[in-house]
Amino acid sequence: MRLLYFAWLRERLGRAEEEVTPPPSVETVADLMAWLGAREAGRTTAAFAEPGLIRAAVNQEFAGPGTRLAPGDEVAFFPPVTGG
Amino acid sequence: MAGAVVRIGAADFEPGAELRSLSERTEGAGGLGCFIGIVRGEAAGRPIAAMTLEHYPGMTERAVRAIAEEAQNRWHLLGTTVIHRVGRLTPGERIVLVMAAALHRGPALEATSFLIDWLKTKAPFWKKEHFTDGAEAWVAARASDEAAATRW
Repeated sequence: MRLLYFAWLRERLGRAEEEVTPPPSVETVADLMAWLGAREAGRTTAAFAEPGLIRAAVNQEFAGPGTRLAPGDEVAFFPPVTGG
Repeated sequence: MAGAVVRIGAADFEPGAELRSLSERTEGAGGLGCFIGIVRGEAAGRPIAAMTLEHYPGMTERAVRAIAEEAQNRWHLLGTTVIHRVGRLTPGERIVLVMAAALHRGPALEATSFLIDWLKTKAPFWKKEHFTDGAEAWVAARASDEAAATRW
């Protein structure tokens, strides 16, 4: 699964993208965020500490926390958008 | 129907040329609505030196095109143009252009408002402000922008 990060999330994580293979228990966007959050436990710059501040897209479409994931999906995490 | 012209990139645009282009491909239009967004020189009273706009290549183009097509369908537009710049921009520079061509002024102006309201809340762009004192900060989403978008 390919993950992409944007804006302050990218800066806090120190990378724009990565490949991950989550366990089968990770079925939804919310599961993936919790799994990524647990991975960074103890770090003071934890990017996923406040999931309420993070939005997601799956395969380049905005996706809510309940959206189901499949292997090979492109999943992006980012703060609420501020263009225009 | 001329459809939507969408461009996302670092390059500046020339408003007069874009207006002429929209006018030429929407014969029969009775009105063209236009909004241009410009980088302000301050944010909450603090002077800024520049702003950086980040986007999600691929998804951003797709999301902006979907917004333009939504406007075309809702207001039966003859054509739309949406240009959004990315990268580092300084105060006074143009950020965004939205235009809508319609048979009458009502739909042209309404669709123009709709386009910029939805661009601000439904297209993946993120702004970072670089202050003149060297500090920098990502812009937080504003509840007023969300309220403006939901009225449509």
